[in-house]
Amino acid sequence: MTTVDILETRIERTWWQRHNHSVRIAAWRLLALSLFLALWQYGSGRWFNEVFMSRPTEVVVQFVTWIGDGTLLRHTGITALEVALSFVVGSIAGIVAAFVLAALKTLDETLQPFIYALYSLPKVALAPMFIVWFGIGVDMKVILGAMMVFFLVFLNTLEGIKSIDDGLIDAVRLMNANKRQILTRVLVPGSMAGLIVGLKLGIPYALIGAVVGELVASNRGIGYLVVANSAYYNMAGVFAALFVLAAGAWLLSALVNALERRSQRWKPVRD
Amino acid sequence: MDDARADSGAAPAVTVTGLTKWFDKDDRRITAIRDLDLTISAGSFVAIVGRSGCGKSTLLNMVAGLSVPSAGTIAYRGVPITGPSVDLGYLTQQDTLMPWRGVRRNIELPLEIAGIPAPERRRRAEGLIDRVSLSGFEDHYPHELSGGMRRRASLARMLCADQQTLLLDEPFGALDAQLRAELQAELLSLWEGSGKTVIFVTHDLDEALLLADRVVVLGRGGTVEVDHDVPFERPRVLADVRLQPEFAASHQLLNAALGGGS
Repeated sequence: MTTVDILETRIERTWWQRHNHSVRIAAWRLLALSLFLALWQYGSGRWFNEVFMSRPTEVVVQFVTWIGDGTLLRHTGITALEVALSFVVGSIAGIVAAFVLAALKTLDETLQPFIYALYSLPKVALAPMFIVWFGIGVDMKVILGAMMVFFLVFLNTLEGIKSIDDGLIDAVRLMNANKRQILTRVLVPGSMAGLIVGLKLGIPYALIGAVVGELVASNRGIGYLVVANSAYYNMAGVFAALFVLAAGAWLLSALVNALERRSQRWKPVRD
Repeated sequence: MDDARADSGAAPAVTVTGLTKWFDKDDRRITAIRDLDLTISAGSFVAIVGRSGCGKSTLLNMVAGLSVPSAGTIAYRGVPITGPSVDLGYLTQQDTLMPWRGVRRNIELPLEIAGIPAPERRRRAEGLIDRVSLSGFEDHYPHELSGGMRRRASLARMLCADQQTLLLDEPFGALDAQLRAELQAELLSLWEGSGKTVIFVTHDLDEALLLADRVVVLGRGGTVEVDHDVPFERPRVLADVRLQPEFAASHQLLNAALGGGS
């Protein structure tokens, strides 16, 4: 038989050829951020009321104070714990429920309208009820966040499992695979794309659940810092707290992106 | 009809008796195969030819144990088929490579499921990758391959399990003529002397005559129109087969049956 040549060769590129695009974009981003901060600093007290808008330097001072007296660590720690627990509990419950319902077709069809009704309900509306049931501690925030994460992970994972081509399942059945092998060799890898979409969408909601819970009723956490500082018109404190939230959210989504890149190497490249 | 024959006295590998298969869709029942009898002797290479919609793939699905007859029975070595068997390999018309596995890991999958240790799996996969000319593409994912390459990888995956009976559903349909001829020759060389039974579904009469010992033409509803013994000797040189006078005669006979069966 003829051998097939691989029409794929290596190209030698310099460091700059490899990275010039990302370096340029990074420079533009830095410039945009500096411009924004400069305008904020300059405009505060001139174009808009500094009582409402504070200014970057004050936010930094507030931030440094919080780091110094341990406020930041204490409150961030609580919120991070709530986010992590919400995410883990919600994701595990969502994944398990998706695989169970994928296996039990009748149960799946029976529950469908109820699941969608619950999914469509704004989960924030459940917060007052959860306060009555679980109090204003960490539990309440975790349950609220986990509820939000659950639906996203559950629905996307289930969709992922259902989208697997029956031919692939037949292919391993023909190899005499048992139920467990069908699960590990086809269903799990085949549903991975949907599952990761669910996890990715779920991450910000774990944060939303925790923070909303804190905003509604709490005495600890970043959400509490936002509420307490705005009550005293300490806008520098509000901005510092919001900055922590944004940084946390960004960190979490960077984590998901890394996870996604690792597991989705086989997906066709989209430019 | 005397279709249920066992030629050359060999024990039958597959025995189809009174096979009927229908599909219910809402209030309608579509019968794909009605009352088919067919015996395939062990070690033979049988081509099943028919126009599209004659139930060829439906038949193979049932022989493979993926679907259940509506009536009648299919037996493999005398034992009724109730589900997929380790003894039967099936190359479906549709691509079923796992998109998340590279070529080598796809080809190794049947061995992995059978619990064969990694070094042995790898050794066997490498040999097959070479045979189907996919060397250099071991770590490519299916979406990175051309249709023909995916087909070859699927073929290698089926061969990897080294089963006694192979079911092939239009395996080379989508390939270019050159590659098709190479793989036909490769399949024959793998089969000759192996004692394996091959059931080869195709709509290409030339291909059926070149490869098979026996060509069965199915008409609408899976009725046997013609059951033809191919007169060429083994081992065959494919280029010479076409030049023999019997080739034209056989071709004409089968072609008439195909036309009449629609």
